[in-house]
Amino acid sequence: MASDAITVPLGQTEARPWVDTLHQWLTTVDHKRLGILYMLSALFFLAIGGVEALIIRIQLMHSHNDFVSPEVFNRMFTMHGTTMIFFVAMPVLFGFANYLVPLMIGARDMAFPRLNAFSFWLSFLGGLLLYFSFLGGSGLYGAGSAPDVGWWAYAPLGARAFSPGHSSDYWTLSLLVSGFGSIGTAINIIATILCMRCPGMKLSRMPLLAWLNLVMGGMVLIAITPLSAAQIMLLIDRYLGGHFFDTQAGGSAVLWMHFFWIFGHPEVYILVIPAFAFLSEIIPVFSRKPIFGYPVMVAATVAIGLVSTSVWAHHMFTIGMNSYASSFFAITTMAVGVPTGIKIFNWIGTMWGGKIQFKVPMLFCIGFLFQFLIAGLTGIIQSCVPFDWQLSLSYFVVAHFHYVIVGGILFAIFGAFYYWYPKMSGRMLSERLGKWHFWLFLIGFHMTFDVMHIPGLLGMPRRIYTYEPGRGWDTLNLIISIGAFIQALAILVFVANLVISYFKGARAGNDPWDAWTLEWSTSSPPPTYNFATVPTVGSRRPLWDLKHPEDPDSRYE
Amino acid sequence: MRTLVMARISEVESGRREMSMLRRKSSTLRFLERTILLLFWSAAAGWASEPKGSSHGTNIFAPASTPAKSIADLSVFVLVITGIIFVVVFVLLTYAIVKFRGRAKDAGREPAQVYGSTQIELAWTIIPVLIVVVLFLATARVIHAIQDAPEPAGAVEVTAIGHQYWWEFRYPKLGIVTANELHVPVSDPSHPTPTFLQLLSADTDHSFWVPELAGKTDLIPNHPNRMWMDPQRTGVFLGQCAQYCGVEHAKMLLRVSVDAPEEFASWVQAQQRPAVEDTGAIAGRRVFERNACMNCHTVGGTPADGRFGPDLTHLMSRATIAAGAAENTHDNLRLWVQNPSAIKPGSLMPAMQLGDADLDAVVSYMETLH
Repeated sequence: MASDAITVPLGQTEARPWVDTLHQWLTTVDHKRLGILYMLSALFFLAIGGVEALIIRIQLMHSHNDFVSPEVFNRMFTMHGTTMIFFVAMPVLFGFANYLVPLMIGARDMAFPRLNAFSFWLSFLGGLLLYFSFLGGSGLYGAGSAPDVGWWAYAPLGARAFSPGHSSDYWTLSLLVSGFGSIGTAINIIATILCMRCPGMKLSRMPLLAWLNLVMGGMVLIAITPLSAAQIMLLIDRYLGGHFFDTQAGGSAVLWMHFFWIFGHPEVYILVIPAFAFLSEIIPVFSRKPIFGYPVMVAATVAIGLVSTSVWAHHMFTIGMNSYASSFFAITTMAVGVPTGIKIFNWIGTMWGGKIQFKVPMLFCIGFLFQFLIAGLTGIIQSCVPFDWQLSLSYFVVAHFHYVIVGGILFAIFGAFYYWYPKMSGRMLSERLGKWHFWLFLIGFHMTFDVMHIPGLLGMPRRIYTYEPGRGWDTLNLIISIGAFIQALAILVFVANLVISYFKGARAGNDPWDAWTLEWSTSSPPPTYNFATVPTVGSRRPLWDLKHPEDPDSRYE
Repeated sequence: MRTLVMARISEVESGRREMSMLRRKSSTLRFLERTILLLFWSAAAGWASEPKGSSHGTNIFAPASTPAKSIADLSVFVLVITGIIFVVVFVLLTYAIVKFRGRAKDAGREPAQVYGSTQIELAWTIIPVLIVVVLFLATARVIHAIQDAPEPAGAVEVTAIGHQYWWEFRYPKLGIVTANELHVPVSDPSHPTPTFLQLLSADTDHSFWVPELAGKTDLIPNHPNRMWMDPQRTGVFLGQCAQYCGVEHAKMLLRVSVDAPEEFASWVQAQQRPAVEDTGAIAGRRVFERNACMNCHTVGGTPADGRFGPDLTHLMSRATIAAGAAENTHDNLRLWVQNPSAIKPGSLMPAMQLGDADLDAVVSYMETLH
């Protein structure tokens, strides 16, 4: 539009097309491009967090290994946890929400495009800030070092007495910065869903993906704010002489735990609800049936959102709460299992009587169902407080939450990549490479995380850089480490697939899966404005109605 | 182009089909239930037979004390229930995937479009609620039994203080201070002599975990905690700090020696005595007291009364040094004083930079501290 006023010499722009492209991507406010940027930044940090995991696994291959020093090991698990949660899982899920929510509700962009761009850059730069700690960590105390206080940074380990220099300040500030980004995105998603739906799309007709992201947005607002508050309090402690968490001056270590987990537990659901959203879109399409029990799925999600705000202290059963508090958090934790179970049953109900097509996205979703079942049950096991007194802080817990995050959430994310990549790029991902990716990752995952439960039962605590021989942990840890490398190999296959298919993949067309939601009605990739004319919908599956005019869904709602 | 034969099955009908499926499985389920029960018990029993000699492992399914035992019992109950849920859902899921896989012959035809079924959704809401109630009641009972157990009159009282990266044990009623190796009397169920621990921390958070004796409880600064155990077998039980506490968290190991009553009594007597005065080691004692050693370590009956490091009054009564990181041998002791980082990098004990003569002298002094 500015080309009317400014004449740019033609030759100059043609000579530097990549500069223009770069400029367009850096300054974009288009929800689709920002979505893709979120995903790319998540893949970037996934590679780094993955390497950190491999370093951890090499170190733990056998007892008394000295591949890295204890200091390096402690930095590795701190950075691995922080990176994977805040700079891989959240961004990739925000990326999909950004890309898909407007398309699925028939909108042309998010409600606040500039806030959207601002939020992305805050979150990405937060990640870079975290990694700058390797260069600028200890300040006056010496050359660089990354934070080594664990991803919870339990007080008083984060106090200046125990964490001198600036390494943990990078942790604090990067979470604060990216936290503001998350809050911005959450506000944006909520506003978009509530205000930008196309004509005819009542709340009761929204795709489940939009519903679940609406709940996720609400939970971000509830969960990230106390975390940000706690980070500010920690900074006050460290630099302005505050004593919130400074136990040597009468502060409270337990207060930090409450602040952290009042964020930390809803965070799990912030990550898993969008994963549920992917399943709720993918399973129906590949079963050729509508989602089973739509209203119950919505109700179960809202119930999970509400109950999950009152379960946080189940991370703290060993801190010496009184038996009434322990009992309260036990029953709320068990109660979350009910709506979660409903969801699993409803997905089975969706497949029941269908004609299931085992395309790669569906394979990942089926993997999710089996693994999330186990992850949920080990969660129930740990809600039995006395049992948790043994399991908490052990490798059993590490196995459990990796089962949730890798076996559940990451499998769903892979499914989402295979399902929506054709829409984003216009090309299909290779099914052959996809199956290699799936089976390799499945084998690696089970080698690592099934086995990992056992050292926990045999008394191996988490976060130890080495362990004594003769405890029966050696062989198990070796198997776990081998599995980790198989997973890494699978990720390489995945990345190769993303790259190769971008150039050589089969053309996708508008609707490669014969699906039913609005994003498949526009071209692949969609134009900047998404829809030439804003669509009008009459049911939850507008494209079904279009394809089956003699038997539209709208008749049954 | 697509031929649509899509009589939508009524919701009631699909519901009925599903229910009959479940009924058909019930006898199989009962069999599975028994198998799982057997499996868990035999696995637990297999693990339990692991300890050899007087040294015990760190297996939560080999309990030797009431709290650990009631946890293990509860855990088997919970594992059986969750195991049954797992098998039921696993079978349902596998059945759905195999039975309803798309076949080449029905390409192009869509299956019956079913939107849901209120009855069946109600069923899979109510049944889990009932399971939750059962699990909660079982859990609450054990929480109360362990956590609210009253302290009997004959109980041994110990104050355990977590330090970066070692354990201080004080017996206030007996006037004993020791480190890293806790001694407790064996407890005869007919005449129990449990040990009650008051848990404190001198610096960061720690967690006291000896899996075969009790679940773990954290040691948190400004937040005193309590736990108890009544070991019913003698021998050494292993454990370690379970809450990340800093660089050497991994080598904050823990040993609990469960002694027969007379052994415990003689251990108490020996520990209550001041340090042995051995004139042969006077040179080493001078080195100890002239250097910074005495600022951090106590040797009872001498001017050395530091409290940052472990009490050394009866150092030689302990099997290990450096919180279990090394055996208590002459060579290890010497290496430890010379350069603690060689055994435990990141340990807060500084290398004392002693010459060989002083080093040998101070080690031989320490070796007199029986």
